[in-house]
Amino acid sequence: MFACGDVVYEYDGTLDGFFCCVFESFRRKETPAGVRPFCSPQMTLSPVRFIETDPKKAERVRRAIPKKLSWEGMTLLEHAFLTFLEQKELFMLRFVQLGFDMGPNVMRHLTHDTVATLLKAQRHLYNESHRYKQFIRFSVSGKVLTSVIKPLNQVLPLIAPHFIDRYPEEAFLIYDETHGMALVYRPGQSAIVPVDSFERNDPDEEEQKYRDLWCEYYDAIAIEGRYNPKCRMNHMPKRYWEEMTEFCRERKPGLRRSGAPPVGRRMLDGE
Amino acid sequence: MDLFDKLKILTDGAKYDVACTSSGVDRENGSHGMGSAVSCGICHTFSADGRCVSLLKVLMTNCCIFDCAYCVNRRSNPVPRAAFTPRELADLTMQFYRRNYIEGLFLSSGIRKSPDDTVEQFIKTVQILRNEYHFYGYIHAKAIPGADHALLTRLGMLVDRMSVNIELPSEKSLSLLAPDKSKTSILKPMGFITGKLQENRRDLVQYRHAPKFAPAGQSTQMIVGASGETDYQILSLSSALYKKYKLKRVFFSAYMPVSSNPLLPAADTPPPLLREHRLYQADWLLRFYGFEANELLDEANPSFNPLIDPKCNWALSHMDRFPVEVGKADYEELLRVPGIGVNSAKRILAARRVGPLSYEGLKKIGVVLKRAQYFITVNGKLNDGLRITQDGILRNLISQQGVEYLRGQSAEQYEQLSLFSQGRIGGREAVKCLRAGM
Repeated sequence: MFACGDVVYEYDGTLDGFFCCVFESFRRKETPAGVRPFCSPQMTLSPVRFIETDPKKAERVRRAIPKKLSWEGMTLLEHAFLTFLEQKELFMLRFVQLGFDMGPNVMRHLTHDTVATLLKAQRHLYNESHRYKQFIRFSVSGKVLTSVIKPLNQVLPLIAPHFIDRYPEEAFLIYDETHGMALVYRPGQSAIVPVDSFERNDPDEEEQKYRDLWCEYYDAIAIEGRYNPKCRMNHMPKRYWEEMTEFCRERKPGLRRSGAPPVGRRMLDGE
Repeated sequence: MDLFDKLKILTDGAKYDVACTSSGVDRENGSHGMGSAVSCGICHTFSADGRCVSLLKVLMTNCCIFDCAYCVNRRSNPVPRAAFTPRELADLTMQFYRRNYIEGLFLSSGIRKSPDDTVEQFIKTVQILRNEYHFYGYIHAKAIPGADHALLTRLGMLVDRMSVNIELPSEKSLSLLAPDKSKTSILKPMGFITGKLQENRRDLVQYRHAPKFAPAGQSTQMIVGASGETDYQILSLSSALYKKYKLKRVFFSAYMPVSSNPLLPAADTPPPLLREHRLYQADWLLRFYGFEANELLDEANPSFNPLIDPKCNWALSHMDRFPVEVGKADYEELLRVPGIGVNSAKRILAARRVGPLSYEGLKKIGVVLKRAQYFITVNGKLNDGLRITQDGILRNLISQQGVEYLRGQSAEQYEQLSLFSQGRIGGREAVKCLRAGM
């Protein structure tokens, strides 16, 4: 039903912008060769059509999708948009076309390439979000909790409700270094805002004490006779270690007592 | 003694307790205090031995009036002793929780004076956390056998999960290794908690806001490999515990030699980790796959096959039920196929409603074809190019742990292996084909 064109759509990189691409594609009854944000550095030989973001058009698509594809389908699109799937926009556009064709049943076509790819990307996003719920470490500086993460997907919208519910009376900031965004919360207010850079404060005495206590605990809880680094790595890939308190210790000799290093640390050094 | 030493000593004393999950309860925070609970549980780190660290798992004190042979904290063991005050422990929990190091607190303790005294210390700690600091995170507390029921009830109203450790899988081993404990003294508090949970469930039906008693239920653990029980005995016991006491989890802990007692395995015995792993796999089959303990093992075959996982083992000895047609089989039948899990079975049910399946499609859904291909047909056909040779089957079905197990065996021991109880393939061939495959 849709002809395959050779134009590339460029849009402003927002979800509404993407919905306008969907609108355009349906209006012209064509599937573009690519859809990409206009700031993307790629060069292309194909003709480019810039798609203006029009809130009215976006709203029409926003309303049509839950009706045709079900709310589940809408959620999948919203989540897929946060992933780092290559050419995600094109997959999403094809998914919308499929959905208009098949109706809500499209969510059951788990073996269809487009659906399977998007679901896989969504699972990756979910898994990564869960990993950050597990492995984020906050530093207390003054009265604010701060943390830095380097996710592949844009996980902030997914982890925000979890941490806001958990620390309702604290003020905290989670800085996403990959995407230059930060989740900022203080009681009653939260926002995800673009942030260019983030300066880490040196830990004060109290903060250092609890970091050390945590490391002490981490070392003591391991059982030497069961040492199993592979199992640890399966559950906790090294990519996350960089920002975790128990793996980035400041080794200041003489700050704490000396003696043989404890089991956990020896195991750590052994790798 | 400073906090560092205390933490080290009291963590050391608690680490052999395996249960560290924070699952089973969903609780949203209101808008004050700190903390929430997520029913799937969250592991905040993994220790160097690969175990999940979810809770701050420490002892209130490691002073103990008991002298259980398998325990590091036994009276006669010359280790340094320490104790937390309730305030210290509550503060430490809050500070760790605030930094997202932990999901909550796991309270356990040696018995310093009496069981009642220990439970009172627990209650004091939890009261500070819940009432003073408005902590809504997860708390797991040990129900100390022999403590007053009124005290246990009060504790149960404040915590999420309670547990009584069954310690050893039979009365005989218990009387041998833990002379101060008996089967009844352990099962009594367990039965009491089960009763309380049921009573509370009735209350909650009547009054929606009735206070909840241990909303995440109760669990237990037993030590594997310290005494002579077979896998079959252990699995039957845990299945009985699930049914009779409605436990949420039964944990297994491979025995780590912590003392040289003539009644116990020698101090240089490696912990039976593979056995523990197989028990957990079987436990999973009991809880999520609709298996019964006597389907997996029986009097004639009382131990697990070290080379293949329990589900594969079951399938191989019930080949008359295979292959199943994925387009028609119901959910229970799909679950019994090696290589198909809970998720992929559900996805198969959804996908086949809108179109025919294919092997390619099954792969996308997440089925492990490497194992499943021997047990399924798709549209009446076996997988194209599937060559059924004994070597090939064995290479594909043997588990990763099984391969490591074989590697660990020395050359003389190869002959002792018996791969299948029916003796279909000898150990010698197994090793030959494994070598070829590696």
